[in-house]
Amino acid sequence: MKRFIGFIKKEFYHIFRDRRSLFILFGMPIAQILLFGFAITNEINNVDIAILDHTKDTTTKEIINKIAASEYFSIKQIIEKESDIEAIFKKGKVKAVLNFEKDFSKHLIKENKATIQIITDATDPNTANTITNFVSAILQTYQKELNKNITITYQIVPASRMVYNPELKSVYMFVPGVMTIILMLVSAMMTSISITREKELGTMEILLVSPLKPIQVIVGKVFPYIFLSIINAIVIVVSSIFIFKMPVQGSLFLLAIESILFIISALALGILISTISATQQTAMMISLMGLMLPVILLSGFIFPISSMPLPLQMISNIIPAKWFIIITKGIMLKGVGIQFIWKETLILIGMTVFFMALSVKKYKIRLE
Amino acid sequence: MGITIRNISKSYKNVKALQDISFNVKKGELFGLIGPDGAGKTTLFRVLTTLLFADQGSATVAEFDVVKDYKSIRNNVGYMPGRFSLYQDLTIEENLEFFATIFGTTIEENYDLIKDIYIQIEPFKNRRAGKLSGGMKQKLALCCALIHKPKVLFLDEPTTGVDPVSRKEFWEMLKRLQLKGITILVSTPYMDEAALCDRIALIQNGKILEIDTPKEIVKHYPKQIYNVKANNMYRLINSLKAYEHNHSVYPFGEYVHYTDSRTDFNTEDLKTYLETKNLSNIYIDKTVATIEDTFMELAK
Repeated sequence: MKRFIGFIKKEFYHIFRDRRSLFILFGMPIAQILLFGFAITNEINNVDIAILDHTKDTTTKEIINKIAASEYFSIKQIIEKESDIEAIFKKGKVKAVLNFEKDFSKHLIKENKATIQIITDATDPNTANTITNFVSAILQTYQKELNKNITITYQIVPASRMVYNPELKSVYMFVPGVMTIILMLVSAMMTSISITREKELGTMEILLVSPLKPIQVIVGKVFPYIFLSIINAIVIVVSSIFIFKMPVQGSLFLLAIESILFIISALALGILISTISATQQTAMMISLMGLMLPVILLSGFIFPISSMPLPLQMISNIIPAKWFIIITKGIMLKGVGIQFIWKETLILIGMTVFFMALSVKKYKIRLE
Repeated sequence: MGITIRNISKSYKNVKALQDISFNVKKGELFGLIGPDGAGKTTLFRVLTTLLFADQGSATVAEFDVVKDYKSIRNNVGYMPGRFSLYQDLTIEENLEFFATIFGTTIEENYDLIKDIYIQIEPFKNRRAGKLSGGMKQKLALCCALIHKPKVLFLDEPTTGVDPVSRKEFWEMLKRLQLKGITILVSTPYMDEAALCDRIALIQNGKILEIDTPKEIVKHYPKQIYNVKANNMYRLINSLKAYEHNHSVYPFGEYVHYTDSRTDFNTEDLKTYLETKNLSNIYIDKTVATIEDTFMELAK
């Protein structure tokens, strides 16, 4: 036990004396959470649009006012002819143009039907889609007002409600993802680097010719990172609660236990990487390419797994991050307890045990 | 017995690093492994410290088999690799404390063993190991290898890259450690250090050339060596090499070590020859063979 504590003490010296890794450890979580929280967003807010109104009567004015009054749009420009539409898109000044047909009110009264063309700039497909939906929604409300004295015999009214994130804030979606990425990066990359550093500097040779058992070296190596990763997880959760007003619906205790489980599985992966790489650089490359990319692309963090082709969906199952994201979303957003996420938890435990066993087995007690 | 080595062979992909090596090191002996870079010294150390498997042969260290009892060996030997292998970001004291702890002992417990060495670096004990000079690094590495009172000490080129004064001190320390009953196997590329060992093995290309005490080994030298000097060293060497009766010509400090292939060699003949080569101030005199001469002769 004394040996083990001595080993851990040495690891902490390494970490606190290496400014760069300290910066990665504590600077990155904060930078990432702010970046994802503020910069990367799917919401629309005060989108600039242009209006092409051929009639300029009361009805069109009313509609335009309603649109201008909403917080989603701001009318940037009024254009006069169809040929201006392309020019204004090319300049990139507006994201959408609303084109009211000629004699809008007349058509509406005589034929009970008038058309508004919504033209959107689909270079950013998500935004274009959202704009179309929002404008349609505003038009529908207006239409209901017009029809309020008339009864339509058959009517289907969709009453939709968004649960768990009613305001559709994308930061709610990103927090679990960012937490996953950071815990993965810190745990797996930092441990694999710290173990390969001993190989590269030749100190591993001395550690091998010592009575330390492989398990003591491995656990001694990862222990400080478990501790630091837990601090990181706390920083992320606290900052998302205070900066982004993200509610945590479920039990914080459960979240902490699940996070520790995920941290350990990431550490096991890190050890595995260190057993197959000879230099710090290789370890870093394998961690970045082999872990970070799948975590970002295949875990359901950014791209929904259900819309991926089947082979990719299958691959996503072997990525621990996928299960951890399901768990954290469940706890943080839905407020579920262990009875709803026991399956994911078991999978994560299974993976952790497997990686741990494999890396202890692959740990070389000799130089070859 | 300190160390026994029986018919050890070891190859890397296409290099035969060790070829059928056998020798014994007695308990409490200071044994030197002398040979140039790439001779196989480090590979042999790694086999003996249980870091590598030999392809063939067997070996024991402090009566423990290097394959079967590797755990016992790891408890009982001190190993100082050729490359400085301590934690550069830890101070002298922290390094020493770390190695004491992982071997389950404390600095205080074995302080008398390292005292003579540690006292020299103690004034800098709060300096990080990476910022030490070459000599101080070696002293620290020796302290770390000694802190658990090993039965056998393996030192792989401990004085490479160390200044002459520190080298001398280092060997004095080894002599003192030997008095405390520790078996020491040390390798070095420096022939002058070989004379300080009890016995030496000359090793080249993975083969042992000769094993004996330094005094005996030079007696094996088959010829009379002459120190030759002249006004122009470069032309002297070229002329000697071109001389039809030469056996060996090696520059050695300010002299050239020359041996002749004839049994009735007369120095006057050589002097006359050299004078025809436009050399002046010619000096020729008998000298005794050194370990380096022996090595060169054996390695021929």
